[in-house]
Amino acid sequence: MAKREYSFYPGCSSQSKASSVNYQKSTQTICEELDIQLNEIPDWNCCAASIGYGGGGELPRISLSARNIALSQQAHGQQDIVATCAACWLATREAKERIEHDSKVKSGIDAALGEIGIKIEGAMPKTRHMVEVLIEDIGYGEIQSKVKKPLDGLKIAGYVGCQTNRPFGIDGESYENPKYLDKMIETVGAAPVENYEKKASCCGGALMFSEPEKSQALVKDIIEAAYDGGADMIVTPCPVCQMNVEVYQGHINKTYGTKFNIPVVYYSTLMAVAFGRNAKDAALDGQMIRASKLEDIANK
Amino acid sequence: MSDMNQAMVEKYRSSFLKEVEANVEEGHWVKMCMQCGVCSGSCPLGPHWEHPPQEIFMMIRAGKREDVLSSSSMWMCTSCYNCIARCPRGLPITHIMHGLATYAKRLGLQPKNQPTAKFSQLFWNNLTKTGRVNELKLGLALYFMNGIGPGIKTALKMQDVGLGMLKTGRLNPLEILGGHSIKDKSGLQKMLKKAFEIEEAQIKDYKG
Repeated sequence: MAKREYSFYPGCSSQSKASSVNYQKSTQTICEELDIQLNEIPDWNCCAASIGYGGGGELPRISLSARNIALSQQAHGQQDIVATCAACWLATREAKERIEHDSKVKSGIDAALGEIGIKIEGAMPKTRHMVEVLIEDIGYGEIQSKVKKPLDGLKIAGYVGCQTNRPFGIDGESYENPKYLDKMIETVGAAPVENYEKKASCCGGALMFSEPEKSQALVKDIIEAAYDGGADMIVTPCPVCQMNVEVYQGHINKTYGTKFNIPVVYYSTLMAVAFGRNAKDAALDGQMIRASKLEDIANK
Repeated sequence: MSDMNQAMVEKYRSSFLKEVEANVEEGHWVKMCMQCGVCSGSCPLGPHWEHPPQEIFMMIRAGKREDVLSSSSMWMCTSCYNCIARCPRGLPITHIMHGLATYAKRLGLQPKNQPTAKFSQLFWNNLTKTGRVNELKLGLALYFMNGIGPGIKTALKMQDVGLGMLKTGRLNPLEILGGHSIKDKSGLQKMLKKAFEIEEAQIKDYKG
């Protein structure tokens, strides 16, 4: 099959030695296996995520994504823009929608981009999350055909979280009970936690930084529900979910007297291991809480 | 900022709803709220809102300008979009809350030392400096946002997280020297300056 090409928006946290560099590494690995070519947008900038609103207002915030869209068009024409980060994807998609539907925003954006001599040409390219590429363009069947080491015997809680699920979500999925992550877990040979109660609950997002107690209370419930379902680990499609659920377990244990120690991995980590790649290619060295069951399979 | 607040008070004396419709992101939706309360029941931080979203909508229509804009409520939004997904009238509640919070901050009315208001500004300042987030500097700025004493305490408390991230190659101590950046920093800043000017002018010039 011919190589599929996309205009790639990696996002700040995926850069070298940044908080989700392990997501980037494992994504590269599965793209090699699935014949996907990611063409990085030259000189892309931060999208302001969700929390940038208080400093950036509406127009300055949207102009950040507009610059990325214009640069993407300049370098890669109408190739779909693909992001791995939920916030990058959401911000870019929201910007596109706002520019298309609000003429006041559009004229403001045109003027702001005009300051630096760039512009959005005609229709903006589609902005998609990597899981959409995997589900819609590659397909579960094709993914399954690449599995060399099925993740037999693993039980995994598919924690979808918020921003790949709302407000846009993945086509054909429900907001209340999205199934795509469970299907991915099955596709790589593991068993999803059935009826994972906190599947689409919020981890606190950026408020983990400004309101840690309130956010850690949310994460506690997310982890507890995974344990209740018999999970060996949690999988997520979002860098903020991954970090919030993984790295504060020690703090949560101190506050609540729990004994949480559950690995939180990306779907790309699972796939990289199932595709037979080694622990390094799957970025298992990026786990603060080691995913030893995955390491065992990868090292087999 | 308080000058602008005064100007807005005089301009919209009779109607806070009109002021919100004119100056707040997606504010024109506020009148569509039917007070069902699904948003408040769906919010992950629901219990922590001084006034939950549907109450905020009613207060806007009742002209409770100071109470709304000086509330910590909107700063409780985690951007989970549950309210948007569930609102039977299709209000973009997340964006309205962001918009109200930002507007309050512009007018200088947000609660003093509101942590998310502060963090949001730190985040914006951090990313606009080089065009990309510097995670190390953002973390340090966050720990020390309430001064040196509390900062050292927080930094010590967070030591295990920092060391864990360092050990797994997900944090770079050298970012303190500059870190990741886009090439066209000056262009980005020029663009943002223009966008801010346009937005400010739209607020000032609107004939309600």
